Amino acid sequence: MDADRLRETYRLMLLARRYDEEAVRLQRQGELVAFPPMSGQEAAQVASVLALSPADMVFPSYRELGVAVGRGVDMTGYMLAFRGAWNGGLYDCRRNRFAPMASSVGSHLLHAVGWAMGARLDGRDEVAIVYFGEGATSEGDASEAFNFAGVFRAPVVFFCQNNGWAISVPAERQSAGEIWRRGEAFGFPGVRVDGGDAEAVFAATSAAAERARRGEGPTLIEALTHRFGPHSTADDDTRYRERAEVETARRNDPLGRLRARLAASGVPDSWFSDAEDEARLAVSELRASLAAAENPPAVEMFDFVYAAPPPALALQRSQLEELLGPDA
Amino acid sequence: MPELSMVQALNAALRHCLAAHDRTLVFGQDVGRLGGVFRVTDGLQHEFGERRVFDTPLAESGIVGVAVGLAMAGWRPVPEIQFDGFSFPALDQMLTNLAKYRGRSRGAYDMPVTLRLPSYGGIGGPEHHSESPESIYAHTAGLKVVTPSCAQEAFNLLVAAIRDPDPVIFMEPKSRYWAKEEVALEPAGLPIGRACVVRAGSDATLVAWGPMVHRCLQVASAAEEDGVSLGVLDLRCLVPLDEATLLTSVAETGRAVVVHEAPRTAGFAAEVSARLMEGAFGSLKAPVQRVTGWDVPYPSGAVEQQYIPSVDRILLAVQRVLDY
Repeated sequence: MDADRLRETYRLMLLARRYDEEAVRLQRQGELVAFPPMSGQEAAQVASVLALSPADMVFPSYRELGVAVGRGVDMTGYMLAFRGAWNGGLYDCRRNRFAPMASSVGSHLLHAVGWAMGARLDGRDEVAIVYFGEGATSEGDASEAFNFAGVFRAPVVFFCQNNGWAISVPAERQSAGEIWRRGEAFGFPGVRVDGGDAEAVFAATSAAAERARRGEGPTLIEALTHRFGPHSTADDDTRYRERAEVETARRNDPLGRLRARLAASGVPDSWFSDAEDEARLAVSELRASLAAAENPPAVEMFDFVYAAPPPALALQRSQLEELLGPDA
Repeated sequence: MPELSMVQALNAALRHCLAAHDRTLVFGQDVGRLGGVFRVTDGLQHEFGERRVFDTPLAESGIVGVAVGLAMAGWRPVPEIQFDGFSFPALDQMLTNLAKYRGRSRGAYDMPVTLRLPSYGGIGGPEHHSESPESIYAHTAGLKVVTPSCAQEAFNLLVAAIRDPDPVIFMEPKSRYWAKEEVALEPAGLPIGRACVVRAGSDATLVAWGPMVHRCLQVASAAEEDGVSLGVLDLRCLVPLDEATLLTSVAETGRAVVVHEAPRTAGFAAEVSARLMEGAFGSLKAPVQRVTGWDVPYPSGAVEQQYIPSVDRILLAVQRVLDY
């Protein structure tokens, strides 16, 4: 990573951190229903997505705020998913090539593989990247996705963020083996990387994406990370996790590590405080835009079930519309 | 017009769609060199190449999951799940993703996936090879459920399903696969969602779909010998349901018997019966009767004819609506 890209990575990681903290506050204030924080995973998320091209397709789970920030996804539309405004989010998934967020753990790995198979059929040198946690690798769909990707040499990067916990269940209860090693069983390479090291993440993801682009097939990346917070704002992680573990993770904060790296290379303090100011402004803009944003009207629940609503569904829509009156 | 079996008519429909639209893909287990265990895809890989007609690993969830991704990439997938009972390993992808992706993406992505599913019993198959899961799919908003009863309908409906922008669960009646009739191989151009009166009658209406349409036609012929005039309505599509034709047909006779192979409880006949109550109550001269499979797991092949609605069981139900 050159100096500019490193600074850009830091700037986006910081932005993701501040958005993440704000989202937790917004949930506590009743503005969001629930939110799964990702603080601690910024290097894994931001550096990996920055290794891709704009034409590549991102398949996120629901804890991918840093990926969304790295991809330039509209934050208001992203956060509205957590206000219950629209499952999957209200951002433009085609423009950002950032799929609706997947809440069914592990099932979206197959969508990434199918998309990548489709890109290969078209002869396009585009790559899919799919984000998931170590818990998702226990799902059968993950193994089926690895297998299809291997057999069809699909240009896909499997990006597993192993943060050690699937809600309260530790990684050793998910698998007796090491996740990155599974690639070999399916006929493609696996690599384990320090998910707190932005440069290492960027290098591993770049190599995987280039390999896919050359037509050599998938790669499984296991990025070892930590989530500082609970699984979600509805979770109490003090019931299952030692505080010492969180404190250790915070001492190795990926944001702090990258800051030290940049400072050592001569980036002045003023640059960091400018980045902080920029993040503070973005957060306040997000807060304002969320407050101003309307949820889609209730009757829109009917509008995207089929390309055109069958008569019975159109009737149900009009019934709800009538019940709601002018507020529909 | 050529005389074709339903298998041949389905094969012709796939060939037509692969030729007409170069984004159409056919894939699944054994659909390539073998041509499918029922030969529905016979010769297609040879004609259209391994790029567009290909075998997959033996993994149903994987087949449906990659179909979702391929649809997102702008392809028109026509996956095959080899047998009805093996759609259950894919149920999560079907219900959680295939049915919901248009909505989740707020219309950004069409899901023009036609999932072909050899279905129903009557061929003496081993366990899991004779299921009738149509009500599961009909109960899932976002899916369309289409099921032909004869070769001509199979051709027309499969072409229509593949052209449709929404996911279609296309349930093919295995027990009718080898029945031949003259088939016009010109797409009818009708959208899916239209029922068909296959036999007019004045005393009562038999409502059926898939394999039970033929059974009901047998019943109507038998009843005719006794001077009873039975109409037969082939729903063809459970979702969207052609409620107008259903209500009109039953209102004409005032008596309805709904027939399916699936178990009785929460079967689709319950939905048909409820629609008739809501929409044709004033015309009904007798309570709607259901003739269905028993509420048991599909039995072993040796006794399946005691499970599937027989001509006699349907005639008994006809007697009940006539005697009421």
